[in-house]
Amino acid sequence: MDTESAYSGYSYYSGRSRGSHRHGERSRDRHKSRSKESSRSEKSVTINAPPAEPLLGDQSVRGEEVQDDNWGETTTAVTGTSEHSLSQEDIVRISKDLDDSVGLDCKRYLNVALSVILGLVVFLTPLAFLILPHLLWPDRLRACGTACEGLFISVAFKLLILLLAVWALFFRPPRAGLPRIFVFRALLATLVLLFVLSYWLFYGVRILDSQDEDYQGIVQYAVSLVDALLFIHYLAIVLLELRQLQPFFSLCVTRSTDGATQHYNLGQLSIQRAAVVILENYYKDFPVHNPALLAASKSRAAKHLAGLKVYNVDGPGENNAAAGIAQSQSRAMIAAAARRRDSSHNELYYEEAEHERRVRKRRARLVVAVEEAFTHIRRMQEEEQKKAPGDVMDPREAAQAIFPSMARALQKYLRTTRQQHLHSMESIQQHLAFSITNNMTPKAFLESYLTTGPTLQYGKDRWLARQWTLISEASVTSGLKDGSVFLLKCIDFSLVVTTKKIPYIQLAEEFIDPKSHKFMLRLQSETSV
Amino acid sequence: MSFIPGQPVSAVVQRIEIHKLWDGDNLILGFSIGGGIDQDPSQNPFSEDKADKGIYVTRVSKGGPAEVAGLRLGDKIMQVNGWDMTMVTHDQARKKLTKKNEDVVRLLVTRRSLEDAVRQSMMQH
Repeated sequence: MDTESAYSGYSYYSGRSRGSHRHGERSRDRHKSRSKESSRSEKSVTINAPPAEPLLGDQSVRGEEVQDDNWGETTTAVTGTSEHSLSQEDIVRISKDLDDSVGLDCKRYLNVALSVILGLVVFLTPLAFLILPHLLWPDRLRACGTACEGLFISVAFKLLILLLAVWALFFRPPRAGLPRIFVFRALLATLVLLFVLSYWLFYGVRILDSQDEDYQGIVQYAVSLVDALLFIHYLAIVLLELRQLQPFFSLCVTRSTDGATQHYNLGQLSIQRAAVVILENYYKDFPVHNPALLAASKSRAAKHLAGLKVYNVDGPGENNAAAGIAQSQSRAMIAAAARRRDSSHNELYYEEAEHERRVRKRRARLVVAVEEAFTHIRRMQEEEQKKAPGDVMDPREAAQAIFPSMARALQKYLRTTRQQHLHSMESIQQHLAFSITNNMTPKAFLESYLTTGPTLQYGKDRWLARQWTLISEASVTSGLKDGSVFLLKCIDFSLVVTTKKIPYIQLAEEFIDPKSHKFMLRLQSETSV
Repeated sequence: MSFIPGQPVSAVVQRIEIHKLWDGDNLILGFSIGGGIDQDPSQNPFSEDKADKGIYVTRVSKGGPAEVAGLRLGDKIMQVNGWDMTMVTHDQARKKLTKKNEDVVRLLVTRRSLEDAVRQSMMQH
């Protein structure tokens, strides 16, 4: 019983893929869920804590899927495309996860190592400038007066400020891994390197070789280096952070599968950086991608194509005529399809009305069931806690206690709106415990099930954060331009991004004297004479 | 009867003489006027040009002196006893019509049908 609940407790989508492979019919899915329901209704009598670890289920599912591949070849019935492609994606996803966790991190480590070395060199240079004369020719050095010692303090504090500023700007965990180098950072690193090298060159030639005795001059030289480094840091802030804050382009992002669209205003960025910003916003703005909702339009399209067949009565033609025949065949099909009186629009209309009605009915039942379930538990007051505790439960146990009374209604609703693969039983119970702890009303608890939220709301396995590919005609390090188009591809869908320049707004001023607001009545009088 | 502000107006007019009637204490003419330069000309149902701010006859009481004299609904009054009615306020028009010491008012009125009749008769020649 418990192991069975572990399987049903893991994400419904893998459960569905198993079911479809084994039996090859879509209706089997419903059989499976019905068996889950019956097991759950039995559970309403004896309340057992279901095991929390999905890892067990993970390995076994993976094992199942290796076996399922052979099963898929021996079934005779062909399943609907959506279920089949889901299980394929599972395999691809898991193999990609294995790949990514091992390789391609050396690029990132190389970057970090180089920047740390550069930082150390830059930081230690002024100190070296100050210390080397004392080490190499201490006897010939003129004593350092008060002004000179004041400069020591200034060097110390400026170095401290530089250290803090570099830590604030550069030592942040990276948001994303970009395909090409980050051009501005590379330019800045080169600039800093050249700058420090030129300072060393000057120092080496004019001071070390000639063994200058003017220590104050040397200290001032070191101070000028630190000042210049602070200014380069200012340049880094402007180039890396401030320049793209002013909005310049408006990007329109459309998801290819269902057309969900959002608009973002961005500044002047390179295409790869713009892609990162868009993806960060994708996870919070776009409703989660649900392949189950696309099955209906695919089946309609399949019906259109399957309606007509073209037969070549004249027998196999020659090669150069074959292309002409194929073209005329397709044109004939299109013409015939246009002329055919087909009532699929009628079907769509009634189907959608029926679906709407069913969803609303199930939603009403669900809301009532949840409200009733929430009345069964009560938060214990402080005084009662001190008295002898009778049947005291922590939030998790309380959630498990009231979950069976609403489980059936919730599951039916999720199945009708095709969301059942997004929520596992474990996640629902966790959310219920969370709602109870934070004094949420039943409506607040239901909010995440009644409306499809953004992708961030669901578990991490939905995020697919490592599998985005940037496809662009222009080079990805070049800046955004008006009319540039690029694609962000994921396994299941792609995001099409078009750029438009925000128009230059010419604002004119007009002054209206407040005393000039005067009004008159409109009269239409009629007098009899 | 086109009305261009600032240009002299030419119209075919009809002379109408109305004899006032004693109604109790008042002398009445038996019609109502609307319009005037202080009124809203776009509300006028009788004018062809909705910018025309002249005085129009809006009601003619049945059997009254105005109807007897030949005044019709929708006529534009151009002159009353020699006083101009094309550029007056509503109240000034009323005053010119209801002078207590006058028994008779001689109006010059114009209407569309007059113009048409004149044009037709000219075409016949």
